[in-house]
Amino acid sequence: MVIDKGKRPQRPRLAVAGARAATESIFTPSSPGDRVANVLFRALLLLGMGFALLGLAAIIIWSFIEGLPRLDTQLVTEGPSTLFPENAGYRTAILGTLWVIGGVVLFIVPVGVGAAVYLEEYADKSRWWNRVIEVNIQNLAAVPSIVFGILGLAFIVRGPLSLGFVAAAGSLTLSLLVLPTVILAAREAIKAVPNSTRLGSLGLGATQWQTIWHHVLPGALPGILTGVILSVSRAIGESAPLLLVGAVTFVTFDPTFFDGQYSVLPVQIYNYAGRPQDEFRVLAAAGTILMLAVLLSMNSFAIWLRNHYEKKNAR
Amino acid sequence: MISKKWLQVVGVAGAVPFILTACGGNGAEEGGGEGGSDLSGTISIDGSSTVGPLSEAAAELFMEANSDVRVSVAQSGTGGGFEKFCNGETDMNDASREIGEDEIEACEGNGIAFEDVQVANDALAIVVNPENPLECITVDQASQIWNEGSTVTTWGDVDGLDVGDLSDEDITLYGPGSSSGTFDYFTEAVNGEEGVIRNDYTDIGEDDQAAIVGVEGDAGAMAYIPYSYFTEAGDAVKPLQIDNGEGCVAPTLENVQNGSYAPLGRGLYVYASDVALERPEAVAFMNFYIENQALISEAAGFVPLTEEQMATSTEQIESLTN
Repeated sequence: MVIDKGKRPQRPRLAVAGARAATESIFTPSSPGDRVANVLFRALLLLGMGFALLGLAAIIIWSFIEGLPRLDTQLVTEGPSTLFPENAGYRTAILGTLWVIGGVVLFIVPVGVGAAVYLEEYADKSRWWNRVIEVNIQNLAAVPSIVFGILGLAFIVRGPLSLGFVAAAGSLTLSLLVLPTVILAAREAIKAVPNSTRLGSLGLGATQWQTIWHHVLPGALPGILTGVILSVSRAIGESAPLLLVGAVTFVTFDPTFFDGQYSVLPVQIYNYAGRPQDEFRVLAAAGTILMLAVLLSMNSFAIWLRNHYEKKNAR
Repeated sequence: MISKKWLQVVGVAGAVPFILTACGGNGAEEGGGEGGSDLSGTISIDGSSTVGPLSEAAAELFMEANSDVRVSVAQSGTGGGFEKFCNGETDMNDASREIGEDEIEACEGNGIAFEDVQVANDALAIVVNPENPLECITVDQASQIWNEGSTVTTWGDVDGLDVGDLSDEDITLYGPGSSSGTFDYFTEAVNGEEGVIRNDYTDIGEDDQAAIVGVEGDAGAMAYIPYSYFTEAGDAVKPLQIDNGEGCVAPTLENVQNGSYAPLGRGLYVYASDVALERPEAVAFMNFYIENQALISEAAGFVPLTEEQMATSTEQIESLTN
């Protein structure tokens, strides 16, 4: 059991140092050089933020302008069509994405949070294997997504699991891809729960399991949800690993989780964007907007949940 | 009191696809009454992204007539497709090249016999202004003009090219945008690698007609266009014969279809396995593909098969089913 984090006493010390420095700076007249540096630094920060926002805005605005003629109901209700691109839609791809991402959420929340709870609350950090696990999880976050695709093909589609080219295989592959993000975010969130909460609960006679379930996890929930939101956002836009584990470009029947071919939005959009006919490129732009809408509606639930718990904890 | 909340979250997230599936209806079943065949089953196709649109068009037409058969088309590339095909995971593979030695071995190792059934022809024409005296160009000369880092600016700069009075004339180049299949094919056939090309030509995007208009109005111009555009252009532009080391070959329908117009003409194939063709719906699909190839080729912008090629393809399908 790891109760004393060892790091806690450092915080007050840092806070005191910070307060002292702030007070000193008020009473020491700043030189013109300092002021210039101050302005420059702020300008650099604004530039950085502007760059990020500009890129995002450019993509969204371009997609809207280009895709506007096809932002109709057919885009959602119709399946793909090569012969009639002007009436084609993304129905099967939307359903495929919902299956795949739904599966990702169901898998990463329990597994990711479980791993984080073990590493933060149970693991003895003086043991070498726990340190190896920690370092490896951090390294996994930097592995290119296509490698997870190859892994998925060898171990999930074929090999030990042999699920075949179905949505469940895509779901598991993407889960492995984003799991490190969830674990890292959940660990940070659990770490941020004040130790006094744990000590209080244990002092009143609660078991460690009761302490974690009733006090640590509810407090860490907003942070965990942030990790889930980030992970889902990454998973929903992935196409490379899914191409390897069987996402197709043309399927007119609705997919299910364990049976039959499936497609997902990014694969479909990528395919349409590369076609020579204008109708397909308009369709691809409209698909981008559609994907954004699907992503936002999936995430807004998690965001609502996070805000709900943040408010509850603040009280 | 977290447990109930969690159950709700999990419940809602899990239920969304079910609800949508229920609301979405099913495209394959909508045409239920009209599809007058009793074929059913699934057919999975993977492979080349060049041939993909052809197979998608074929699948779409086939499913209109046979509403209980489910055909899906993936495009993980000719090589990626063969890997799955020879592993017995797909029924057919779209290919814009012949199957390789390694791939043949993989197929044999898994007891999969196959035929390369040709479904269409693909060709490009290099065109110049009718005033240009040039009749024939070698692949090397074309590459000198079009390759990345090319220093050719006038017709006289090209080694061994006799263009008479035009040798001081600037070459104006027109080519399609990098997202087009024509671009991919030309760069690979002429410059040796897909996507490699000089970057100071006039990019006409996807409007191949613009290249014809441009070449028509400029004595020094040159462009490469899909075969179907050049046949429609008539006398507005002059197609060059291509010398690939075996003499000059003109881009005629016959030369494209018999394979002598190389490397700018090629066949597009669907590899079908004997294992898949044990199923009646797969046989029906392949036969449907060949019977309707003219319509399918036109929809996807390729050169249709000759009657002879059609007969060969039909024979190949038959040989696999016996």
